[in-house]
Amino acid sequence: MSVRVEISRQLGDFRLDIRFSSESRRIGILGASGCGKSMTLKSIAGIELPDDGHIEIDGRVLFDRKSKVNLRPQKRNVGYLFQNYALFPTMTVGQNIAAGLKGKRAEKEKRVREMIRKFSLQGLEKHLPGQLSGGQQQRLALARIMAYEPDMILLDEPFSALDMYLKDRLQREMSEMLQDYPGIVILVSHNRDEVYRFCEDLAVIDRGRIAVFGKTKEIFANPVSREAARLTGCKNFSRLQRIDSHRGAALDWGVDLHVEGEIPEYAKWIGYRAHDFVPLWGKKAGENRLRAEIVEQAELPFERNYYIRGRKDNEAICWFVQRENMALLETRGMPDYLGLEEEKMLFLK
Amino acid sequence: MDEVMRILQDLDWSPLFISLKTGIVATVISFFLGIFAARKVVKASPGKKAVIDGILTLPMVLPPTVAGFFLLLLFSRRRPLGEFLFSEFGFKVVQTWLGCVIAATVIAFPLMYRNARAAMEQIDVNLIYAGRTLGMSEVKIFWKIVVPTAGPGIASGTILTFARALGEYGATSMLAGNIPGKTGTISQKIAMVIQDGDYLTAGIWVAIVILIALVIIILMNVISGRKMKHIRRW
Repeated sequence: MSVRVEISRQLGDFRLDIRFSSESRRIGILGASGCGKSMTLKSIAGIELPDDGHIEIDGRVLFDRKSKVNLRPQKRNVGYLFQNYALFPTMTVGQNIAAGLKGKRAEKEKRVREMIRKFSLQGLEKHLPGQLSGGQQQRLALARIMAYEPDMILLDEPFSALDMYLKDRLQREMSEMLQDYPGIVILVSHNRDEVYRFCEDLAVIDRGRIAVFGKTKEIFANPVSREAARLTGCKNFSRLQRIDSHRGAALDWGVDLHVEGEIPEYAKWIGYRAHDFVPLWGKKAGENRLRAEIVEQAELPFERNYYIRGRKDNEAICWFVQRENMALLETRGMPDYLGLEEEKMLFLK
Repeated sequence: MDEVMRILQDLDWSPLFISLKTGIVATVISFFLGIFAARKVVKASPGKKAVIDGILTLPMVLPPTVAGFFLLLLFSRRRPLGEFLFSEFGFKVVQTWLGCVIAATVIAFPLMYRNARAAMEQIDVNLIYAGRTLGMSEVKIFWKIVVPTAGPGIASGTILTFARALGEYGATSMLAGNIPGKTGTISQKIAMVIQDGDYLTAGIWVAIVILIALVIIILMNVISGRKMKHIRRW
């Protein structure tokens, strides 16, 4: 299984320029709203036409500007799951599944029955999409796509319009349904948890360009680019002054840094996740620690958020404490300093 | 009352059948032409859309007599097209039932076209994209997705078209004339007997027209209401 995507297109005031290739079966595209990720997906499906580029799946060319190949969406064999599922409102569940099928009536009926069983839609064959629950609609949308056996399935922000409870349930259902699907799945999302859960490979898009591409776990551990760090959930950023390969200063936080490993030469910024601070008590100032002067706090169901004054009226620094760690704060009082651990520091371009 | 019964007994029913026949044929023609035109216009670029839409809507806003004037210009046997149609195919439009149909179609068509177009423009474009990525042909997408989803709009367009075609007077009287038993429609019959001061006969025909219109509209509402279950009630 392999996919190669090169797309270039003018999008409002910036240029979409996406290139990646992957051997992985589960690929994620992470980006903020309006960064061009949906356009990328639509170009792969053939719904939108890029100005230039090349798209191929397993050596089968879907689009190539130079040799003027541009397969119609009908010929691409790429399934597209729309955010609103785009179920045909006047067709029953059975007719929706059969909509894209070719061949004899008996074969189609057999395939529909198979899909109904596989996606547990029994008893709903004669229902219209409007009569189904959100979960059933998602299953029907996937069943309709799977029925005609596409080489690739594109998921366009499938969970972003759902409430939290339903979201988690549908994410689990989706993973289960996609488990034995042999083709490639590309998931587009602005939610880091979704891509972390689903994708082996990850592309982070920033204003029409790929900021980083690589293994999902590695990108979360070491995002390298600031946009990637932000999109993977890092809240705190500071300008970094590199003194030598082991020492530096986080200027916006007023923290001197000293590390055993190396501060890479490209590092212009340091990022630190809000959950990774270590509370320290005692008067002693020192390296890798931040004065914990709390200016604001917010109570959430499972964690407490503290906001700490940065240097020179810069943005507040976020420190999130999970409920199980709250007991320590309650017995020992608020810490004087917050420690930064070397392996949690993100050195960014 | 006796007089009403006497008139009913001697009544020449031909205007009823001519009107119904004209209305049905004009509606069927408008139905397909209107949907076809709506599809073309929905897909056209904004500039083209404005021009084509203007031309197609014109017969609805102009007085029917203006349409009648142009139709006479086109189809009169003293004109090139009318002459050609008659000599090549033996078609006579002026002063014939064919003229009734053409006049009614031209006048009623915009109602069908505009309703179909408005309904099609409301359709979620993702439905069409979904159809394409599922491998459905454009023709199949149109007839299986677009038309049924636009169903309520198309149905109301059909009702209005039929009602308008049934009652067409101005263009019909100019193009087809009022030949009893041939082109004499109900509306022309009413106008004619009123001129003779025969309000009783006119009233009978008025009652018949109202009855037909009411029955058809209720019937179609029931049919479309049953098919449009997916549309939520307020």
